[in-house]
Amino acid sequence: MTQIPLLEVEHLKVNYGGIHALKGIDLHIAPGELVALIGSNGAGKSTTLKALAGLQHCSAGKLHYEGHSLHHMPAHQRVSAGLALVPEGRGIFARLTVAENLHMGAYTRNDDEIEADLERMYTLFPRLAERCAQLAGTLSGGEQQMVAMARALMSRPKLLMLDEPSMGLAPMMVAKIFETIRDISAQGVSILLVEQNAKLALEAAQRGYVLESGAITLSGAAGELLGSDAVQRAYLGA
Amino acid sequence: MDIFLQQLINGLVQGSVYALVALGYTMVYGILGLINFAHGEVVMVGAMVALTALQALLAAAFAPVLAVLFSLMLAVAACMALGYGIERIAYRPLRNAPRLAPLITAIGVSIVLQNLAMMIWGREYHAFPLPFNNGLHEMGGAIITDVQIVIVLVALVMMAGLMGVVHRTRMGRAMRAVAENPSAAALMGVDINRVISATFMLGSALAAVAGLMVSANYGIVHYYMGFMLGLKAFTAAVLGGIGNLRGAMLGGVLLGLIESLGAGYIGDLSGGFLGSHYQDVFAFFVLIAVLVLRPSGLLGERVAERA
Repeated sequence: MTQIPLLEVEHLKVNYGGIHALKGIDLHIAPGELVALIGSNGAGKSTTLKALAGLQHCSAGKLHYEGHSLHHMPAHQRVSAGLALVPEGRGIFARLTVAENLHMGAYTRNDDEIEADLERMYTLFPRLAERCAQLAGTLSGGEQQMVAMARALMSRPKLLMLDEPSMGLAPMMVAKIFETIRDISAQGVSILLVEQNAKLALEAAQRGYVLESGAITLSGAAGELLGSDAVQRAYLGA
Repeated sequence: MDIFLQQLINGLVQGSVYALVALGYTMVYGILGLINFAHGEVVMVGAMVALTALQALLAAAFAPVLAVLFSLMLAVAACMALGYGIERIAYRPLRNAPRLAPLITAIGVSIVLQNLAMMIWGREYHAFPLPFNNGLHEMGGAIITDVQIVIVLVALVMMAGLMGVVHRTRMGRAMRAVAENPSAAALMGVDINRVISATFMLGSALAAVAGLMVSANYGIVHYYMGFMLGLKAFTAAVLGGIGNLRGAMLGGVLLGLIESLGAGYIGDLSGGFLGSHYQDVFAFFVLIAVLVLRPSGLLGERVAERA
């Protein structure tokens, strides 16, 4: 890949007290790429995303986004720079309506295309259009995941980071969510996808990284990872 | 004269003041989980600033209505600055400290403000000048004054305005989002510190208005007046369900009514043994009853703290 990466992470370290959650990881994402980050529970996947979004303090390492350092940029400014994270557990605002949640996604924008984008989200997720005046907390898990994704897209991100979008969802809903992830990717948005469901993630992605106890142990084209013995044994139970 | 109706009117007036102050407690609690015990003192500072401004403006022969309006605006501005300053200096450095720390700090801020006010305005009771004749109206055997009518109307307008801000503006939406999930709000690009500052300023503006109201109603201003008023407004917020805006309004009005009806009838009920100076007992009886019987308040959710 000769393209200049959209995001480049060098030797990123995160410590929680005395625990080394990330022990110096390197990864990069090219514009328009869909990259999967897989690994078991506690491997540091969510920590990586939080560090990228600015919710987690990094103890060492470099984050370059579009050639600029993200180091001293607080979380709320990274949104206007084009980074959006759909956090683990979705983080929807249960006491706000669906429409208000989506408007929150466009908080940093003041252009006049917000309403048009809102309509686009309702086309992407027709279920949300039906429920736009309902409190988000009353929706089902799958619908809440739709709200969380639509809300993140409302900021018009260049890089969308998804933390376990399939977690706790019925198989039908998982298929629907992954179909949408592919659509979003096809529209040119770069995506960093964190999943425990390695097969699903690697099938959707172009490249992948395997994270094990805070270190990247494997990386490469998604197809190769999917076929590799190590991934098969560790994550796919083959 | 109809005692019941009279006490109803008095309770409604006092309850309107409690409601405005209770909103300040509940907004800050909703967003930070902090009980800002210094909030009563903000009311007092509002009253003091309004008093000083009014005296100066009247001495400069301003038209009475203009003088009142200008002093109200000054008091609101001063209290907003004070509310911002309190949060910035006393609470923000403790944002991630254990919960007890900011609570004790709040009590400290309250004492500091009381003593500062005592140094600036003295220990004496100041008469609050009313630059116009406070007309009396008879309503079904009870009496209501011009000032009381204005208090209830202004309180209604302020509460409607606040609900408008919270439910219809971008900042209000951000406030509700931060109250529910601060880190998710940050992921939406919300500068949490700005929203918290705005919350303190909004609550303090209401406190300033309330300060002018009580002073005009009782005609007296004193550096210690914020303490009891603050405690009762806090009680009102707990009664309605702390963290809930509608609860604060309902709790405020209810507490005003309970207090004034209680004070009106306690003499008869106790056969003259207890008098209306036991009025304060009712507020705290209510507080204890709510904490024992329904800790989440009338409109509060039974759900525990945010995750």
